[in-house]
Amino acid sequence: MEEFSGILTGVLFFPIIGAIIIFLLDEKAKNEARWIAAFATGASLALGLLVFFTYDVDLAREPHDVVNAQGDTIADPENPEQNLSSIDFQFVDNFVWVEDLGIRYQLGVDGLTAAMVMLTGLASFAGVLISWGIEDRPREFMAMFLLLVAGVYGVFVSTDIFLLLFFYELSIFPMYFLIAIWGWKETREYAAMKLTLYILIGSVVALVGLLVLYFQAGAFFTEHPNLLPATSDGAYSFEFNHLHIAAQAGAFDIPGYLGFDAMTMSRFWFPFIFIGFGVLAGLFPFHNWSPDGHVAAPTAVSMIHAGVLMKLGAYAALRLGVQLTPDGARVHLPWIVFLALINVVYGAFIAFRQRDFKYVIGFSSVSHMGLVSLGFATMNITGMTGAGLQMFSHGVMTALFFATVGMVYDRSHTRDLPSLGGFITKMPMVGVAFILGGLVSMGMPPLSGFVAEFPILIGLWRGIPEEIWSNPDWATALTEGGAEYYRYIVLIAVLGIILTAAYVLRVTGQAFFGDFNEERYPEVSENPLRIQDRLAIIILCVWLVVLGIYPPIMSDKIESAVEPVVALLTNF
Amino acid sequence: MDINWLDANYLPWLIFALPLLSFVVITLFIGRYKMLSGVVAAGAVFVSWLLAWAVFFKTTATEEFGINAYGSSFEWMDLGAAVFRMGVLVDPLTAVMLFMVPLAMLMIFIYSLGYMAAYPHDDPHHTRFSRFFAYLSLFAGAMLTLVVSDNLLLLFMGWEVMGLCSYLLIGFIIERKSAYQAAVKAFMTTRVADVFFLVGIGYLFAETQTLNFREIFWNPAVLERLGNPEETGFIGLSAAAIIGSFIVLGTFGKAAQFPFHGWLPDAMEGPTPVSAMIHAAAMVSAGVFLVVRMFPLLEAGGQVHHGDYTLPLILMGVVGSVTALGAAMLGVAQNDIKRVLAYSTISQLGFMIAALGIGAYIAAAFHLITHAFFKALLFMSSGAVIHAMEHGEHHAHDLGHHDLPHRVQPGEATPWGATYVGPEGDVASDEEWQPHVPDGIQLSFVAVPNDLQFMGGLGKRIPVTKWAMLAGTLSLAGAPLITAGFWSKDEIFADSLLFLTDAEAFDLGAAWLHMLVFTCLVFAATLTAFYSMRMWFLAFTGEPRSIMAEHATLMSGHHSNEHEHDEHQAEDHDHEEHHEHKVAMPWQPDFNFGTWWATYRDSALMQGPLVVLAFFAITAGWVGIHPDFPILRWFTGSTNYYHDFVGETLLEHPETIDFSWIPVLFSFVAFGIGATIAWFLYGREPLKENEQDPMIEVMGQPAWVALQNRLDIDNVWLRIFYMPFEIFARRVVAIGIDKETIDGLLEGIGEVATFIGETFKRFNRVFIDGVGDGIPMLIGLGGNRFRNIQSGRIQQYLLFTALFLIAIGAFFVAQAL
Repeated sequence: MEEFSGILTGVLFFPIIGAIIIFLLDEKAKNEARWIAAFATGASLALGLLVFFTYDVDLAREPHDVVNAQGDTIADPENPEQNLSSIDFQFVDNFVWVEDLGIRYQLGVDGLTAAMVMLTGLASFAGVLISWGIEDRPREFMAMFLLLVAGVYGVFVSTDIFLLLFFYELSIFPMYFLIAIWGWKETREYAAMKLTLYILIGSVVALVGLLVLYFQAGAFFTEHPNLLPATSDGAYSFEFNHLHIAAQAGAFDIPGYLGFDAMTMSRFWFPFIFIGFGVLAGLFPFHNWSPDGHVAAPTAVSMIHAGVLMKLGAYAALRLGVQLTPDGARVHLPWIVFLALINVVYGAFIAFRQRDFKYVIGFSSVSHMGLVSLGFATMNITGMTGAGLQMFSHGVMTALFFATVGMVYDRSHTRDLPSLGGFITKMPMVGVAFILGGLVSMGMPPLSGFVAEFPILIGLWRGIPEEIWSNPDWATALTEGGAEYYRYIVLIAVLGIILTAAYVLRVTGQAFFGDFNEERYPEVSENPLRIQDRLAIIILCVWLVVLGIYPPIMSDKIESAVEPVVALLTNF
Repeated sequence: MDINWLDANYLPWLIFALPLLSFVVITLFIGRYKMLSGVVAAGAVFVSWLLAWAVFFKTTATEEFGINAYGSSFEWMDLGAAVFRMGVLVDPLTAVMLFMVPLAMLMIFIYSLGYMAAYPHDDPHHTRFSRFFAYLSLFAGAMLTLVVSDNLLLLFMGWEVMGLCSYLLIGFIIERKSAYQAAVKAFMTTRVADVFFLVGIGYLFAETQTLNFREIFWNPAVLERLGNPEETGFIGLSAAAIIGSFIVLGTFGKAAQFPFHGWLPDAMEGPTPVSAMIHAAAMVSAGVFLVVRMFPLLEAGGQVHHGDYTLPLILMGVVGSVTALGAAMLGVAQNDIKRVLAYSTISQLGFMIAALGIGAYIAAAFHLITHAFFKALLFMSSGAVIHAMEHGEHHAHDLGHHDLPHRVQPGEATPWGATYVGPEGDVASDEEWQPHVPDGIQLSFVAVPNDLQFMGGLGKRIPVTKWAMLAGTLSLAGAPLITAGFWSKDEIFADSLLFLTDAEAFDLGAAWLHMLVFTCLVFAATLTAFYSMRMWFLAFTGEPRSIMAEHATLMSGHHSNEHEHDEHQAEDHDHEEHHEHKVAMPWQPDFNFGTWWATYRDSALMQGPLVVLAFFAITAGWVGIHPDFPILRWFTGSTNYYHDFVGETLLEHPETIDFSWIPVLFSFVAFGIGATIAWFLYGREPLKENEQDPMIEVMGQPAWVALQNRLDIDNVWLRIFYMPFEIFARRVVAIGIDKETIDGLLEGIGEVATFIGETFKRFNRVFIDGVGDGIPMLIGLGGNRFRNIQSGRIQQYLLFTALFLIAIGAFFVAQAL
């Protein structure tokens, strides 16, 4: 089946083509490189906005029954009443790529990825605008940056797992060079290496799990050809919906895996896949690459890095972990919730103690990504939608944070908080933007942070859906009797919210309020904000406010994307 | 969609939207035009006020308004299993708030136009003035949002935005460190409480699937279920008890109740009495409004009128009465006029919270309204006083007086005799009992223009303020029969005495909370009468006690023509009198509006609102007179308007309790004792310059100082009863309790957090990174070792090969054997 709407291909290829053109440019063509980069990311952003605003939620909510080659609707083999359903992807581009292995060039978005594509667009466009002032080989910088952005887009829009992993790795390598070459001199090599190793090892672990699933699905469909969807190229396919059907049909839930009665493939491999990708989402205790990486990276890269890349991990963990091995998710998420809780509180505590401006933001990202994982762990619609909103909100907010910190750092050349002060009088716009970001991060209504955190909170109060813990065939020691401990988790997690307020106020007070030292920071007056900087700040700030005041523009779409996930989790 | 926005169901949206709109407009567009910003902000609030009163008077004309409440809502966020709606609701409780809040706001805005115009801090870009009005607009919008919201979520939004505004306004002068610290303290304290509140909201929603007030409170089945520990909740408590306690904690933060009260006196760092007033009269009232709003949930599962209390009610009753009494005691010894009012606010809020704790719903809501009027009046009056004093300072300077009183420096004598030892001083030096730095204001002692000791005789200088403030003071003190404060306080007493007057309903032993509340509140009321009258006498009667008080004025013309002063510097006092009377008043024949306005602008803008509020501070209580009150019932008719109107808010209308003389008697006595003592000490023979405060003699220096040191109340206790432990008392209490109880606790929490943060940081660095970096290091180390193998020397390779072969051979041999 071949389809082509071209929009997502456009989103993906504008940066790639931009990068190629920039590489072809003359070495002195600094301004041209900047303009091309701005145009490429801007065009992708425009298409991303188009995708986001024209994504059809009603269509996504319709039942998506799957038919086999004979044209019969495929029903759950254990429960014939229940039809299996595929995920509705829109704006699909679909070609065969490697036929023998069942690999396709297949792009599409659901409600969540539509938001993520737009987020990537915002962060990358703002990133290019903010990097306007880079004088050290801007041509190479911009080209690398565009490749990174293309990789990130690729992960979000791929609906073929092979393609997804391909882009996943593609996004790591430019990151290495961007940090190692343009980063902060003190730690850039260490941080770049650390980041690359952590993420690579995580993804390799996950990849093994996914390959196991791929082969199992192939074997399963060979055995049960009547369950094979008509759209699949064969029994062996990397297509997401293909594996998704296999998961629903119980291909990964055959007991007796590895010789243990209660063990199944999905229960065994879920932690590897989830945590393997969770590394990129900063899941405790594999979070440490992130603050170091954020600090060492140049501003625009930090923005993409904390703003988008960490969401990449969370997204992959959700899509490839939870959605392909739902039974594993049911077993393991009730304890992974503790890792997430540690993230929230631990990250906030460390952020509270940092003297370095960027490290504060870095650890705050660790803390906030913990909320995303907490949202996933609730396994109910409210909490998971909150997690999706938090991904977007945190992405924009932290991009804004790094942008503003970068602007201060470019002029002060220090990130040592106690020696800063009074910057709001000299750079009012930066100060106001930082405070706005701070308010978002502490969950102040009516800004986007509140809209995201509040559903997570409610989701946690509700706890794991009743269908899961009341199922007699399924029980773990943790969730017997309804996982009431989720309520205590709320009570501990709010400590993170309080601490967030504390460190945000501390940083704001130290960096922006108080007396300004004119002699020490002469550059602040000499070097006013560029128009590009202002534009970048505005396009980020607008979303924080708009989403907070009127969340339905996004919550609806994200909810339409998590609905099937929850249906999957609650349907045995 | 065709909506008539002027319909009463939709009008409430406009009421709060207008100030928010003016915030946006000022921030984005007209921030650089000083006067325009102020006028836009005031104009928006003016229209809000008109609309609010239109709604209010429509509600009073509506039959059965409790059932036929106005409101409209729309779906805000649909998360599948969770649908959040946003809406407005005007029920009787909201209606009375709509009567009070926008009026008070409007007065504040007008007043601020006058106060901020002459704001002493320099403002080169005029942004400060606009910024102030932008914040004020946001604040007003948030408060109105909170009032008209029909669900807890929208209320919470207003609540949080107000918290933010208070942070911005307290720390308005960003260069001043103490202001910033006070702002952070206020924000963090309320934030901690807010997080509890938020958790409560989350829990409530998880249990009921809605946050709409009507859907929960007008549904007995829901309340029943929430109140039953068998069906809902955990750890042996019902859901209502847990949610209620969380919400009550949220209120304690916002309404500055013990132990969250520390931020409010510090918030007086706010740049003006205007903002202080905002914090005291509006924001903290919002805290009380919340619990009044949530009352059906708080009492769910109990029978408060029969002595069966629920956990949230017990919390409120105990904390409220302790706070009311404690703060009233501290109010006695304050010399900073704003701080007297700050403590009185804490204390009065304690009255309301305690009243609600014993189920006196109407009384609490009534005191909320009357208190807001007279406290707004008092704060604005104190602002006028301070402003006049500051003018007096400038003026005295112009006239050549340079030996003005100044802030007390460490080592100098304070006006009341003791030596001020400074922030770091050793408090327990030998025989002296000395005040140390009050209330966390680390950098300055009481600012001179705020200091009651330096005032006196201001009545002659600012007569309008004098009389307006008297109205407010009497109302606060609860002067019988005429003032608003009397009626609302009386109603609280009546409710708390139910266990005597309606003994049938009560098992006397079970009514402990009623008894506690009653006892504490009667003493608190006595003290309130005393300290409020003391404040008024000290400020306005007698002779000026400083050169500033002597020259105090609110007129604006003074330093605009400085050269004139230079010419006439020699002629001082008489000239000034002459100068003041030179401007013709409106009723004089040579009246010129321009000149008059130039001189009296600030005075008119600041004192006009005082007169308006004074009117309400007296009359607002007359709508709540008990229908059986002797004599007065001939005037008011046989209904208690307030009770009947607001009572409809609840599904079960609260019953009117029978009239009894006992509570009235206590109200009379409490005011009588307090006010009489104040008159004997301060009114009969006003304080002279450099004279010691008579209370010092009455109470004894240690007690006085202890009160000034707020929690050193324990100190007195120890000094009187435990002489042998005196050394201990000095060493531990003077240093220990004050520094280490509340502030210490807060600091302690901060330190613990810091410690944990530091530990985690190290753990992260050493352990987690250690493992993360250790593995590559080990690999590297291993690589280094094994590198030797690949040396390029053939002999060595041969050697290894030989060894390997031998090993394999040995293995096979072993197998074969």
